[in-house]
Amino acid sequence: MNAIEARGLSKKYSGFQLRDVSFTLPEGSIMGLVGENGAGKSTLIRLIMGAAAADSGQVTVLGTQTGSPKFIKAKDDIGVVLDEAHFPVSLNAAQIGHIMEDTYSRWDPVEYARLLQRLDLPEKKPIKNFSRGMTMKLALATALSHDARLLVLDEPTGGLDPMVRDEILDILEDFTRREDRSVLISSHIVSDLEKLCDYIAFLHKGELLLFEEKDRLLEEYGVVKLSEADFEAVPKAAVKGARRGKYGVEALVDKSIAGSVRAEKPTLEDVIIFFARGDRE
Amino acid sequence: MNIIISNSDPRPIYEQVGEAIRSAIVRGELEAGEALPSIRGLSKDLRISVITTKRAFEELERDGYIETVPGKGSFVAASGTGLLRERRLSEIEESLRRALLLGRSAGLGTEELTEMLRVLSEEEL
Repeated sequence: MNAIEARGLSKKYSGFQLRDVSFTLPEGSIMGLVGENGAGKSTLIRLIMGAAAADSGQVTVLGTQTGSPKFIKAKDDIGVVLDEAHFPVSLNAAQIGHIMEDTYSRWDPVEYARLLQRLDLPEKKPIKNFSRGMTMKLALATALSHDARLLVLDEPTGGLDPMVRDEILDILEDFTRREDRSVLISSHIVSDLEKLCDYIAFLHKGELLLFEEKDRLLEEYGVVKLSEADFEAVPKAAVKGARRGKYGVEALVDKSIAGSVRAEKPTLEDVIIFFARGDRE
Repeated sequence: MNIIISNSDPRPIYEQVGEAIRSAIVRGELEAGEALPSIRGLSKDLRISVITTKRAFEELERDGYIETVPGKGSFVAASGTGLLRERRLSEIEESLRRALLLGRSAGLGTEELTEMLRVLSEEEL
């Protein structure tokens, strides 16, 4: 089964349009959603979650079409962490646990207690005294404690220090040790996604510019640094994006058709940035 | 078994993983019939993509080093260790033949070459 199948999703807001987004995320894998602010990441996530209706196209999550009557039941299988956690600030972690017990049919208090301990979260401290990192970790603990099969995270690592981010990545790796579990995570901290993801989706100005297996992406493309004259000799079809400087050209090329130029291994950030630049020329 | 994945290594990650497993088999760290870690577990422990590990295992299987039993996992193939030794032997033969040819072109006889090999083998590799 596929975790997510999106077919021709479009949504128009005033001043913004998500255009014809299609992709398939196989079950058991982690997909990273990258894109600049306002690229449409949160809109796409809202469409997947059924929090907004698409103008056209459709999306199926864990075999159930978003928006169908059965989808309400399917939500038990989806754990969500949004960039702002909306817990009542006067409550503490233990009380949140009780509320969740009434919300989710498969809530697991033992798993919740284990995660609170692993994430170093106090049970009795009111949430208003939590730091941003602690609130985010609490949101993650609740999303992971109701036996979800798909975890959807919108910018969970933004504004957090490297240690907490690493801890979160570890927990997501552990979550996907079972092969019926999948993750969709959006972030503009590309290095986090480079460590974690099986697939990378790149949204740019409302369009899906890229959806590919991460390692394949890093193998197929390379960064070349050339003189203007040498650069002209590279087949145009191979060039995905270029930066022309005073002393030479730096470009991302498809290695299979770029000829004999010497290409360096790119980072995911190189790939993303050059793909975004590409359309300027 | 150690599997070190390096970003500065020009080889793709699936090749690095495959080579690490191959050399563990040659060194006898993994014996014929021994179970390999699960694809998913290994990916999570190495923090690499499941797809990449799967590709490494597929190539090892295609080349006859490991066997996969559906639902049970992958194992070092009985023929894997022998096969690998065989291939290494032919690589060594090939290297020695090249050394011999180079020696001839520089006017060295078999005696001198043998002496060179003996001296080299006494040094630490």
